[in-house]
Amino acid sequence: MGRRILVTGAARSTGRRLVHALAEEPEVAAVVAVDDREPSEPFPAKVEFLGVDLRSPALVRAAQSAGIDTCVHLGAGSEPLAAGGRATMKERNVLGTMQLLAAAYHAPDLRRLVLKSTTAVYGAAPGDPAVWTETMPHETPRHGFGKDAIQVEDYVRSFDRRRPDVTVTVLRLANQVGPTVDNPLTRYFELPVCPTVFGFDPRLQFLHEQDTVRAMLQATVGAPVHGTFNIAGDGVVLLSQAIRIAGKAPLPIPEPLVGSVAELLRRTVDFSPEQVRFLQYGRVADTTAACEQLGFAPKWSSRQAFEDFATRLRKLVTGEQVTRVEQEALASLRRAARRVGGVTGPGGRS
Amino acid sequence: MTAAERPRCKALTARGERCRNPAGPGGLCAVHRRRLEAAAGDAPRPSPDGGGRDAGAAADLGRLAPFLGWAEEALEFLRRRLLGEYAVDEFGHDPDLVEHVLAPLLRPLYQRWWRVEVRGLENVPDEGPALVVANHAGTLPFDAMMVTLALLDEHPAHRSLRILAADLAFTLPVVAPLARKSGNTLACAEDAKRLLEAGELVGVFPEGYKGLGKPFRERYRLQRFGRGGFVEVALRTGAPIVPVAVVGSEEIYPMVANLRRVARLLGLPYFPVTPTFPLLGPLGAIPLPSKWVIEFCPPIPTAQYGGEAVLDPMVVFDLTDQVRDTIQQAVHRNLLTRPGVFA
Repeated sequence: MGRRILVTGAARSTGRRLVHALAEEPEVAAVVAVDDREPSEPFPAKVEFLGVDLRSPALVRAAQSAGIDTCVHLGAGSEPLAAGGRATMKERNVLGTMQLLAAAYHAPDLRRLVLKSTTAVYGAAPGDPAVWTETMPHETPRHGFGKDAIQVEDYVRSFDRRRPDVTVTVLRLANQVGPTVDNPLTRYFELPVCPTVFGFDPRLQFLHEQDTVRAMLQATVGAPVHGTFNIAGDGVVLLSQAIRIAGKAPLPIPEPLVGSVAELLRRTVDFSPEQVRFLQYGRVADTTAACEQLGFAPKWSSRQAFEDFATRLRKLVTGEQVTRVEQEALASLRRAARRVGGVTGPGGRS
Repeated sequence: MTAAERPRCKALTARGERCRNPAGPGGLCAVHRRRLEAAAGDAPRPSPDGGGRDAGAAADLGRLAPFLGWAEEALEFLRRRLLGEYAVDEFGHDPDLVEHVLAPLLRPLYQRWWRVEVRGLENVPDEGPALVVANHAGTLPFDAMMVTLALLDEHPAHRSLRILAADLAFTLPVVAPLARKSGNTLACAEDAKRLLEAGELVGVFPEGYKGLGKPFRERYRLQRFGRGGFVEVALRTGAPIVPVAVVGSEEIYPMVANLRRVARLLGLPYFPVTPTFPLLGPLGAIPLPSKWVIEFCPPIPTAQYGGEAVLDPMVVFDLTDQVRDTIQQAVHRNLLTRPGVFA
């Protein structure tokens, strides 16, 4: 009998890509795609779409009756505005997870649970270690998305204790970018000038959207591996570098004004306070465990992933322009030098 | 990618030193590649106004050629920075910035102002991990910068010292990114272990603020060496400890008083009063031109103890004392042989 997989958040971009990828796997017999919003395009034949909220009884019935052996939970949403306010976002993130896990607890055929979490659980602070491993003790982020993600992870861990027969895999993903990704961070880089915290240049890690799906797929249909894994592209990119690669200009804001600027940009970017801290102090996670235990290596480095995303941006400054200016400056320097040096004009070389 | 494994340009600079630019295709940096192509007589790059021909003529510029070479390098650097075409490692170390901006800014201080004399460089391994432990003094951490520059410029392997810095360095605007870009990271066991396991040369100043902000009358008297955290990291990774004695840093800002209230108000560990600061305002911030001697002492191996020794406080205390005594003795020795404070 083939695998029967339930995917939550299936109408969101990552969920949609994952459902399509799962449907192409020969060993997957059926996918139950759950989301409370309608998908923008129809799912393939193997997929049954269930248009319900995670908190509805219909989900409990679906999880328990359909012989579901794997549950993929796409975890906490990060955008308070899109969710309809911070309170609603928290409700959906945390209570939705509780309900899902309650349903999963009684699912008799369940053997595997995959949670998409985030490296935001590590927070962002100046006193953090440079590179986070999964086992390092970390402060609990006090705000928004990071806090929700921690609580979601906590509920999943407690589920893990109560259902030892279920392999629980938690993937902590770095910030996702790519040609079709739309999240607060990609919207930030779409701004004509990118506000930064004056005097700070954080280290960032990116994960390409294709690698997101590859990692989720590996955890879902690959060999079952129990544990928590950081998933990110290799290497780091500084915020200043990212802004240059995006062809934008930085706009440094003194620290005391940062809160008000973030408030101004809330409409367009939908930043939460801990994402502002992320753009001040940055965050880097170690991906060795994912490589060695889960057997997942990203195809795109942080830089390549960001460059691939940046191709869709409208650039203020392009590489050609800078190179041309450089060459012109050099050429005029040489002309000037020749005039001063009193050497014959171009072609004086014998 | 660490600085050590990054390929360097094969060419020699005008001063006959090894070029330290990152190598591109053909094992040469962009500057030297273009020079080579110019010397070979073919147009290096298509450019709208015959820039290729100009480059070929560069050899005829006589006295101005070095300046042009410098300008070429500077423009190349600016373009890289404007396009983000440089790499930093996971700790944020930016060798491109160090080589083209930070080190050139510090070199006049090193060579002319403090006339730094370096001894015992052979005690620092050419490759692999080592923990460089030095005394700390001088109000501002210029000693850390000078030890870093000594290893970068004068060590045969041009090693980058990765200093474990106080958390204050990572909370201050402007300072925070410079601290990371110049190769430092936060002083915590996790970062130290990670750097040593990656085969890097790690620098620690166990006296911390107690050494940096001590009054002038206590000069060259080493303070307590923390709780020996650096020894534990060395034991865990089996990295040798290289004690370093810095002489000269104590006199750059002779601290006669410490305004504790002002310091507390500004959130700083101390607020120094020197004969010239804050009396002369910004002018008072110019350090005095003392004569410096930096001595790298023979390495103290730690591998023979095994990682388990971390649990034995006696081993940790003994090693801590051994390192501290080695440095204190070298400091006294070099003070006696130094021709004069400002000689």
